[in-house]
Amino acid sequence: MKIPRTPWLLVVAAGFWAAVQLLRLVGFNDYYLFIANLSLVYVILAVSLNLINGIIGQFSLGHMGFAAVGAYVSGSITTLIFKLSPNVAAHYPGFVLALVAGGVAAALVGVAIGFPTLRLKGDYLAIVTLGFGEIIRTVFNNIDAVGGPRGLLGIPKFSTFTVILAFALITVAVIRNIAESAHGRNMIAIRENELAADLVGIDTTGYKVKAFALGAFFAGIGGGLYAHLLQIAHPTQFGFIYSVQVLIMVYAGGVGSLTGSVLAAFALTILTQLLKSGLSSLKSLTGLPIGGDWYMVLYALLLILIMLYRTEGLMGTREAKLMVIPEEDDK
Amino acid sequence: MSAVLKVTGMSHWFGGLKAVSNFNFEVPEGAIYGLIGPNGSGKTTTFNLITGIYKPTEGKIEFSGGDITGAKPYRIVRKGVARTFQNLRIFGSMSVLDNVRVARQYAPVSSFLASTLRLPSYKAEERARKAEAMNLLDVLHLSGRAKEQAKNLPYGELRRLEIARALATNPSLLLLDEPAAGMNPKEVQDLMALIARVRDEFKVTVFLIEHHMKFVMGLCERIKVLDFGETIAEGVPELVAKDPRVLEAYLGKKGGH
Repeated sequence: MKIPRTPWLLVVAAGFWAAVQLLRLVGFNDYYLFIANLSLVYVILAVSLNLINGIIGQFSLGHMGFAAVGAYVSGSITTLIFKLSPNVAAHYPGFVLALVAGGVAAALVGVAIGFPTLRLKGDYLAIVTLGFGEIIRTVFNNIDAVGGPRGLLGIPKFSTFTVILAFALITVAVIRNIAESAHGRNMIAIRENELAADLVGIDTTGYKVKAFALGAFFAGIGGGLYAHLLQIAHPTQFGFIYSVQVLIMVYAGGVGSLTGSVLAAFALTILTQLLKSGLSSLKSLTGLPIGGDWYMVLYALLLILIMLYRTEGLMGTREAKLMVIPEEDDK
Repeated sequence: MSAVLKVTGMSHWFGGLKAVSNFNFEVPEGAIYGLIGPNGSGKTTTFNLITGIYKPTEGKIEFSGGDITGAKPYRIVRKGVARTFQNLRIFGSMSVLDNVRVARQYAPVSSFLASTLRLPSYKAEERARKAEAMNLLDVLHLSGRAKEQAKNLPYGELRRLEIARALATNPSLLLLDEPAAGMNPKEVQDLMALIARVRDEFKVTVFLIEHHMKFVMGLCERIKVLDFGETIAEGVPELVAKDPRVLEAYLGKKGGH
């Protein structure tokens, strides 16, 4: 009989879940749990962006625009349900459906943006996606039904650690399985040499739109989880600077390496928090005029160092073993 | 023999420059057909027009009886026209094996869902893709390199890899853009034998562009000579080689200007 392959990704996720549950018993407080949750949301955003920027090689700068669509759509749905009956536990199936609806809405926006823009290359595509990301954000800023500049308030706190971890696991598993499939090969070929990809019979435009839609779908899920973690969807949360932050995670981890994106999402989320609190306490201890907000300076400095001394990021295009699906006769 | 490729009245302008002027030719099925001419005579442009990278300003391109003028490149490839490039276009960071199997696009690929879930249909398809690709690598003496990153291969092997990749698209017409460029005499000899063998084994028509006169004269059954976008001679190698206009284009006018 054939022995099924150990689902290492599931094992690691389950181990992480169990570890956090155990640590909760010995002083892993709500703040730490929040950082774990936030890291997992960034895992979803970074891995989905890596599909677009890394695997198929289309430079997108508007990822947070898709996250905003997911946040507002799912947030609107759950606030409505919550108003009707404020019983949190009963609403989890509805919450999951609302997240998926947010993802689908983001994917549709992705396709709508993708068709006219994906003929563009490199810098041009980057600028156009940046513009579209800002348009999406500004639209929400001006729709009064979702709070306009005040943001969509009163979103129920449905994003628990378990839910976020489950969605992060699904995101990583799905994108890995696609990247490691024949479709993934076609996408990498497009990244490597678009003309040659065209001339071996790959529908390059079709693939770009599909990758854009899929990346946007998971960004929408990530945005929805984010809104249900912070209990608010606000236009400033989805600004350009946050798209850049996700982009930085992708590049720091290694563009094209999903493992790298996962690691960098954790590392940089934790680092941001450490810098913020570290600088605040340094200020109160020494009286130096550098407060918590100066974390961006050190963060940016770190990036400059990465780009100067390790351009390929943490992982390059390498993957951890659990992210590689071995071929049948290679075992 | 019927023509696998028929080009009628094809012209192409780049702005004010006429790169290709009123081309008419037929490539007979099963032939090794050569297109020669000095630099800038419109050879690569002709390939780019046939493969759909450019759309001809005027004229018609028929392949296997169907009109392919202005069709999208990937659709033309799937109909059975494959090509290699003058300056190599390899998927550098991919393995040699992946370079070849990525080109098997003529057969349908499972949906994203079936691929993600690794359904049996997807696995069967992957086995077929791999077996075919390995077979092609064998024919082109590259199977020992299957797992290597393509960019690490030496030049001569990269040229063969491009041919393997083109063959993986299951073509009936194979366009080779200067296949002997940068090769030493020994490699050129081997390549001539290889191309003849590929034609017989894969039942393809070969249409090639080349500067290397000995190569073209020794391999092609029919030759078309271009100069400044115009056809100046066409026929069997022995006659073309004696044509005064061909000699003039290649060696200059008798008595000078």
